[in-house]
Amino acid sequence: MAVRRLHPDQPSHFAFSAENEAWAREQIAKYPAGKQAGAIIQLLWRAQEQAGWLPEPAIRHVTEMLGMAHIRGLEVATFYTMFQLSPVGRKAHVQVCGTTPCMLRGSNDLVDVCKRRIAPHQHELSADGTMSWEEVECMGNCANAPMVQIYKDTFEDLTPASLEAVLDGFAAGEPPVAGSQIGRIASCPEGGQTSLTDPKLYDGSTIGAWKKRFEETAPPPAAVEAAPASALASPAHKAAVASGTSPSSPGGAPAATAPQAPAVHPAALAAMANAGLVKELNERGGGGKPLSADELEKLKTPTPTVLRAPQFGGGGDAKPELLAVPRYGKGDDLGLIWGVADKLAEKLNALGIWHFDQIASWTPANVAWFETQMDGFKGRIDRDKWIEQCQKLASGWRPGSDVGERPKG
Amino acid sequence: MLEDRDRIFRNLYGFHDAGLKGAIRRGAWDGTKLFIDRGHDWIIDEVKKSGLRGRGGAGFPTGLKWSFMPKADPRPSYLVINADESEPGSCKDREILRHDPHLLVEGALLASFAMRAHTSYVYVRGEYIREREALQRAVDEAYAANLIGKNNVHGWDFDLYVVHGAGAYICGEETAMLESIEGKKGQPRLKPPFPANVGLWGAPTTINNVESIAVAGEILRRGATWFADLGIPNNTGTKLFQISGHVDKPCVVEEEMGIPMKELIEKHCGGVRGGWDNLLAVIPGGSSVRCITAAQATDVTMDFDALGKLGSGLGTAAVIVMDKSTDIIAAIRRLAYFYKHESCGQCTPCREGTGWMWRVLERMERGRAEKSEIDMLFDVTKQVEGHTICALGDAAAWPVQGLIKNFRPVIEARIDDYKKSHARQAAE
Repeated sequence: MAVRRLHPDQPSHFAFSAENEAWAREQIAKYPAGKQAGAIIQLLWRAQEQAGWLPEPAIRHVTEMLGMAHIRGLEVATFYTMFQLSPVGRKAHVQVCGTTPCMLRGSNDLVDVCKRRIAPHQHELSADGTMSWEEVECMGNCANAPMVQIYKDTFEDLTPASLEAVLDGFAAGEPPVAGSQIGRIASCPEGGQTSLTDPKLYDGSTIGAWKKRFEETAPPPAAVEAAPASALASPAHKAAVASGTSPSSPGGAPAATAPQAPAVHPAALAAMANAGLVKELNERGGGGKPLSADELEKLKTPTPTVLRAPQFGGGGDAKPELLAVPRYGKGDDLGLIWGVADKLAEKLNALGIWHFDQIASWTPANVAWFETQMDGFKGRIDRDKWIEQCQKLASGWRPGSDVGERPKG
Repeated sequence: MLEDRDRIFRNLYGFHDAGLKGAIRRGAWDGTKLFIDRGHDWIIDEVKKSGLRGRGGAGFPTGLKWSFMPKADPRPSYLVINADESEPGSCKDREILRHDPHLLVEGALLASFAMRAHTSYVYVRGEYIREREALQRAVDEAYAANLIGKNNVHGWDFDLYVVHGAGAYICGEETAMLESIEGKKGQPRLKPPFPANVGLWGAPTTINNVESIAVAGEILRRGATWFADLGIPNNTGTKLFQISGHVDKPCVVEEEMGIPMKELIEKHCGGVRGGWDNLLAVIPGGSSVRCITAAQATDVTMDFDALGKLGSGLGTAAVIVMDKSTDIIAAIRRLAYFYKHESCGQCTPCREGTGWMWRVLERMERGRAEKSEIDMLFDVTKQVEGHTICALGDAAAWPVQGLIKNFRPVIEARIDDYKKSHARQAAE
């Protein structure tokens, strides 16, 4: 673990700007009562974007907004290493990836550049206070190693010389173009593609080409099941219903702060009629041909959701999935379930239960149904933790003994 | 060799439009309603038959995992998509998020429907800020086109939220991820209960890797048989391979499962720097697997079983290539530091063991150790492995075990050299 402590010099006060405050309230409202804590990482991150680093009063402010104990906020802020607990450079905080894939391609030389140009030690401000650096763990740009990340952007395929150029750019307030610094496109092999050269992938001819398979076999009757009503009470849904808007992600940056955001604000898009959307899509372009009539139709026609009343513990759903014969002709050795011996295993087979994964997915209603099928069995499945055992067994785990392993607790 | 027409990620490098229109032209969102009309179980069955194994590292069969979700439970069900790509060597999910995000959004709808979930969260690692923005754009487009959301064209109410972390590798562990989404430190939970029973906010939850979800749409379109015919038995389909380190042209590329490692490196990466004979070792599946030697790498195929037999693993198919100029002790020492830095501190064997292993390797790198300490180090890795709540302890132990197993003579020679040079100094 990384030992991370608060900075000794803290400002006395922190408050979100009016714009950030409104954004934060919006995020919190997306969570149902009692679950607002889920918004803490986004809010702390926004606080850091506003202040440049994460001072203690900001952590306190955020925990108060979320109705959490201060210590919970401190736990989160000290646990996640992207939260900068000390001031960082105003013009650039350089995160050099130093993990093995980058190290193999020369990240140690990049660290030397930072030591020489910025400060001898990581997390230290440069002499003029404008820059700082740190060595971070794998940034997930391994095919473009070595790399640094500065704020939102990554600078990849670096050499000491090109890192110097990147730093010059930030020092002058003119950051260079992000991405590969040797002109590569993303993680495509240098010098050209070795795959994805078939133009047929991009001319629209793949659309519908697969449908023949379905036409050969008649489709079964529609089997869309209704959802339990309570599933609709997800945080997402409640928020959407309450605000009457199409929800956008609690984690997403608003379009205003995202330079690469679509030309149209998401909220505006949601408000547009579908026909308007298609027009919008066409106008926004992207180089492709306009959507065909069928595609338009597909986008335009909303199909109403059919909802049935929920059925819990009711007759139909209580019966678990049963199989007349085992899959692939061979059942699992149910005797490996602790508490199940040969005779019981035979009974289970007779009922249509052959595999661990069948039992693993039982619901309480299924268990109740099963108990009605067996005499004097009440409570035994819970007591012996069949479902837990079967989940373990279905994942490939095997007990040390062939009568199974007694579940703990 | 895999034909272009069988590749799923057609905008892997971002040469084309990543937006909705571009994605539709490349075949995404095509027939989605047809699959939903066939029902929950049809989708799960197709995915089972395709033989798809989870792409996050462990290789658990995806269809089977989906079938563990309860079918009638009063609690809401959740799908959580793991985009916390932080395994050293792995850089594939990033390409999906920024260049083919609609495949992920479509897959999320299909997988959620199959598991009777109306809500899904994508947990993107904090550092992937541009990638998160790209995914959010795709989600917003899908909402605006009524492909997802309430009363959408597919007839299954579905909300997709993009959430993010803030720089903790451990949050890629599924239960740590749930803790993080709930607003806590990302410390893994004990299992059982498994997330399929008690997951996010105590409700049934399935956690899948980005790639596992993003291939779902294409598997349903082309059919389980198509996918199962690619690759080799028990290791079917295509996979994004990520090759980094000492190759001429590092890259991410989609290939068939079971492709020989040598072919993968020579066809797409221009070969090992200085030629195949200059190869020292390969870490074939991201930092958490044991390295293999050049001799082993020459014949091995890239699949779960062949690499497993060598005591290594396919992991996320992140191939880290090391040529003969590599100080292998330093390379593994840096990984040991990574695990020391990323241990969440919850279990003592991992919290203390990762730091201890790193410090011993620091000394061994310079030769300042005793040969008997090599066995002691191996012994300590065995005391960490399997004695922690999550697999980070195992992941920290395996690279060190791979080093000792394959390169013990290198460590011994380093110790001898140090002793010799210091004996001379003492004599002078």
